[in-house]
Amino acid sequence: MRLLLCLIAGFVVALTQIGIGNAAPARVVSMNLCTDQLAMLLAAEGQLVSVSYLARDERSSAMARQAQNYPVNHGLAEEIFLLKPDLVIAGQFTSQTTVSMLKRLGMPVAIMSPAYALDDVRDRITEMGRHLGRERKAAELIAAFDAGLVALRDTSAKHSRRRPRAAVYAASGYVSGPESLSGAILDAAGFDNVAREAGVPVGGLLPLEQLVLLNPDLVVLPTPWPGASRSEEVLGHPALLALQDRTAAAPLTDRDWICGTPRVLNAIASLVNVRKKISEAP
Amino acid sequence: MTRYLWLMIGLTAGVALLFVASLLVGPAKISPLVSLSALIWGDSGPLTLVMREIRLPRALLGIMVGASLGLCGAAMQGYLRNPLAEPGLIGVSGSAALGAVIAIQTGLTAAFALALPLAALAGAAVSVVLLFALAGPRGGSLTLILAGIAISALAGAFTALVLSLSPNPFAATEIVFWMMGSLADRSFLHVTLALPFILLGLALLLPLARGLDTLTLGEDAAAALGTHLLRLRLTLISGVAVMVGTATAVAGAVGFVGLVVPHLLRSAVGARPGKLLAASALGGAAMVLAADIAVRLILPGRDLKLGVLTAIVGAPLFLHLVYRTRRDGG
Repeated sequence: MRLLLCLIAGFVVALTQIGIGNAAPARVVSMNLCTDQLAMLLAAEGQLVSVSYLARDERSSAMARQAQNYPVNHGLAEEIFLLKPDLVIAGQFTSQTTVSMLKRLGMPVAIMSPAYALDDVRDRITEMGRHLGRERKAAELIAAFDAGLVALRDTSAKHSRRRPRAAVYAASGYVSGPESLSGAILDAAGFDNVAREAGVPVGGLLPLEQLVLLNPDLVVLPTPWPGASRSEEVLGHPALLALQDRTAAAPLTDRDWICGTPRVLNAIASLVNVRKKISEAP
Repeated sequence: MTRYLWLMIGLTAGVALLFVASLLVGPAKISPLVSLSALIWGDSGPLTLVMREIRLPRALLGIMVGASLGLCGAAMQGYLRNPLAEPGLIGVSGSAALGAVIAIQTGLTAAFALALPLAALAGAAVSVVLLFALAGPRGGSLTLILAGIAISALAGAFTALVLSLSPNPFAATEIVFWMMGSLADRSFLHVTLALPFILLGLALLLPLARGLDTLTLGEDAAAALGTHLLRLRLTLISGVAVMVGTATAVAGAVGFVGLVVPHLLRSAVGARPGKLLAASALGGAAMVLAADIAVRLILPGRDLKLGVLTAIVGAPLFLHLVYRTRRDGG
């Protein structure tokens, strides 16, 4: 009986797909945290059959609640093959062995790069829309994203002419450069990135003493992970805390900072608030 | 006596010089005079912050960790009358690292800061007791090294296991730190945590000089000369556990310091294990300071591990000692 229902449901889905057009895949599996979120934003009802388990992780995924509605995969070739997808969407940094295995098994695999700038966010939405045959939905999403971005930029520009200097600093002293998504978020919120002064384009290790000497107006730190690690101890170093004391209370980087989806607007908004506080401070 | 005095003066001067050099070396290029005046006179500027909160604790920890490892190497070698007894090689540092990792990952250290040195100390104590029990009072090379290999392997495996089980994604990548050691980004929190224990260790181990000297004549002769052997043994175990445990808790397991330093200084003190203690403490401090300066000169801004350099210097020497042990029929 259940099998029969499934078959009927499958038939109905197949019929609607014909309505959408030949290009649209009916069973899509996403296996990367960022493609998961883009796919959930754009896919038609029933089109997305599985997302990666990371999509349900509250700490990394901005859409953990929505991900509860989809079965999860763990990026293993075997489980993905058994889902019988007609399109697999992977990230550029998805395990190469898994991707080549899926290709050998005859699965169509689309590989998407991460976003390193706000323009990339638009491009990835368009790209995902094309993969899913949901171009119109993608265009709507981009329009909403652009409107939100313009509004935030206007608010930010109103606060002050001066652009404060900021750093996005993470475990082991990793700093995000201007050519990274975090850098783009800083820039959009009206901050100059001190990583540029240190000569770090995309990202890299910046020793704490160099950060202290750069003396930024704001240091954006990550939300700490549970458990403990020596890599994160540098984030509680007295020298860094002393630097923090002199500057505004910064927000922490979190799931809104990881993927190039419209959720980066939340990250920008939190920074715009801080910029307002800095400009109001005596 | 005068020769020993000159040696100690020379070593102290060397440590002082390396200490100042350590303060002047860093990824941020600052001129020596400017940085020293920022350290001493200071203001609220970022330069003073760098000198006082980042470089000063690092240099102080270099001295503390090095002195501990050098002194413990000399003490264990004097007691076991075996030049191969080195805390890092025979698993004492590895066990201390395991204790520290367990304390950190169970959240004990977050609740109670002293848990870190205490857990590392307990780890070190377990392995020293086990080693001494297995190697026996004369410390035969073969038993000592074999037992040490087993303890090192076991402690290393459990350390990796505990770090891999951590919910923290960074923890698993830190196996290298616990096995190789580093002083990067340490702060005065670590100095204040370690200092009382290091002082306690010095107070326990340095007075053993006379007892270790008498022990060179054999246990019966030592007992006849008034050395209380059981007390010597217990004090030595406690001292080594306290010092190696604390040094490892703050800097990870740095190997070979306790091997190289006593070996280089042994002939200078006339092969007297008692005199070797204080000299090795100074020599160890100089060696770790020098290694910590070198890691910052070779790869500024990257965290090259201390153990990489100490092993490059120490391992060939260890092979040489093994060769000589074999030639002597030991």
